[in-house]
Amino acid sequence: MTAHELILQSKAPYTAIAAQELPAIAASSDWQNKYRILMNLGKQLPVFSNDLQRDEFLIAGCDSKAWLLHQYDGITQKHYWAFDSEARVVKGLVALAICQLNGLSNNELAQLDFTVLLKPLGLYQNISPSRQSGLQAVLDKMASQIKATG
Amino acid sequence: MSFDVEAFRAEFSFFQQHPDWVYLDSAATMHKPDAVIKAEVEFYQQHNSNVHRGAHQLSQQATRLFEKARDAVALALNVRRREEIIWTSGATEALNLVAAGLMGTVLEPGDRILLTCLEHHANIVPWQFYCQQHGVFIDVVPLTTELELDIAVFQQLLELKPKVVAMAEVSNVLGTIAPIAQLVKLAKAAGAITVIDGAQGIVWQRPDMQALDADFYVFSGHKLYGPTGIGVLYGRYELLNNLRPLRYGGEMIKAVSFAGTTLNQLPYRLEAGTPNIAGAIGLAAAFNWLAEFDSAALKSHKQQLFQALYQGCKAISGITLLSPATQNAGILSLNINAEHPTDVAALLNEQKIALRAGTHCAMPLFQALQLPGAVRLSLAAYNNDHDIQRTLQALEQTVELLQ
Ligand SMILES: Cc1ncc(COP(=O)(O)O)c(C=O)c1O
Repeated sequence: MTAHELILQSKAPYTAIAAQELPAIAASSDWQNKYRILMNLGKQLPVFSNDLQRDEFLIAGCDSKAWLLHQYDGITQKHYWAFDSEARVVKGLVALAICQLNGLSNNELAQLDFTVLLKPLGLYQNISPSRQSGLQAVLDKMASQIKATG
Repeated sequence: MSFDVEAFRAEFSFFQQHPDWVYLDSAATMHKPDAVIKAEVEFYQQHNSNVHRGAHQLSQQATRLFEKARDAVALALNVRRREEIIWTSGATEALNLVAAGLMGTVLEPGDRILLTCLEHHANIVPWQFYCQQHGVFIDVVPLTTELELDIAVFQQLLELKPKVVAMAEVSNVLGTIAPIAQLVKLAKAAGAITVIDGAQGIVWQRPDMQALDADFYVFSGHKLYGPTGIGVLYGRYELLNNLRPLRYGGEMIKAVSFAGTTLNQLPYRLEAGTPNIAGAIGLAAAFNWLAEFDSAALKSHKQQLFQALYQGCKAISGITLLSPATQNAGILSLNINAEHPTDVAALLNEQKIALRAGTHCAMPLFQALQLPGAVRLSLAAYNNDHDIQRTLQALEQTVELLQ
């Protein structure tokens, strides 16, 4: 599968996560339940084939290996991503970010504060610093990808 | 005499600060008893001066305390001469010092050295770096299927006449205790210089250097109830005396002119610059403090905890244990199904279980095991039954959440 095809294939699952799991995590009150949902997010998303687990897509700064694909549609001026990781927590956290950002335009993205994307989910106080920095590394990479097209 | 773990635990203010945490990361660093912290603070508050150089009485007093710390460690390890105790920043620096110092003095191009496949990177990379520079070959002892060092292969590799054999006493991943007394004997019979990485081993068992008869032995203070930034290189006097220093400057020098420099005697010739004075005093305090307890009782308490943890984990379906149950110094590495160790650790962190996940600075070992990593639970004598119960509950919860 090409990077393009994988990003296409990921669109619907990310939309579904935004509609279902994102509010479900925000609404659930105990950490176990939040995590139960989080850990299973990855199952809805396509897995990167070996040829997509390439160094050029690798994100530095994660405890586990992680790859990010990005696509900018020049005509609609919209951004799309797909993400995979060996670790379920990171894959889930990034999915919660991507599902809020996928399909947005340069303008829309410029107005967003990435640092508060996951705040309403009540996960942050729990997530360990190394996991946060893994997520942060992905968000930083996304920000630079947006900037490069802007 | 039964061991009062709660009284022992009360020696550590840390646990009062964090009553809700279970600390199972002692192989990374141990907590320090108040006696050690107090010794360091007292040095700074009451005796602080530089050592070996002041013209004033205060400096002489600091020097006395600093050298008294060396004596305490020398005594605890039963070395022949106090000059055989060299202060370093830790095991890593000590191993670097040995590897660098033997190159060109003992090790010549075409020579061989012998390592084992379960070494910490600190006992691999310095050798690799200097061996490459000097054209020295490295052979590696593999593990048997029971995850013990393969002694038969060890003996075969000794026939290649390695000049140095360097190995860990206790694996920081598996917790396995190597029969180092036997291995040192074999290596010496083959004419090799022996280097023991005691970073984990010294916690398990205080070495008697004369009985062990190894040429070098290294450890870090912070893994033995001591401060960070201080460690020890023990070496046989004659060998230390011929070791080429890694660093130059300060008290290690007797006379300098631009025509040349004469080095000081041991131990100073290997201790360049102002040493970690307070650290040395803190480490000596750790040895002195530890001497107040019955070491056999500490050991058997830790063994009991380990067995409870081991059996408890074994009973949880989904957990694969890497560490053997026997000949184990109190380190349990495991995985849950095919889950990534960082996911397991994340869920345990949620439940306030402090441990480590990954390859634990022993990537070659994980390559040999063909695993991406593991979660490591490491015990110390300050852990109690409650810690084990909490951990087992947390592991069960983790297995459930990962389904
Ligand atoms: C077996 C072993 N050797 C060496 C080291 C390095 O110790 P330090 O980082 O204190 O120098 C460690 C620490 O993790 C260890 O476990």
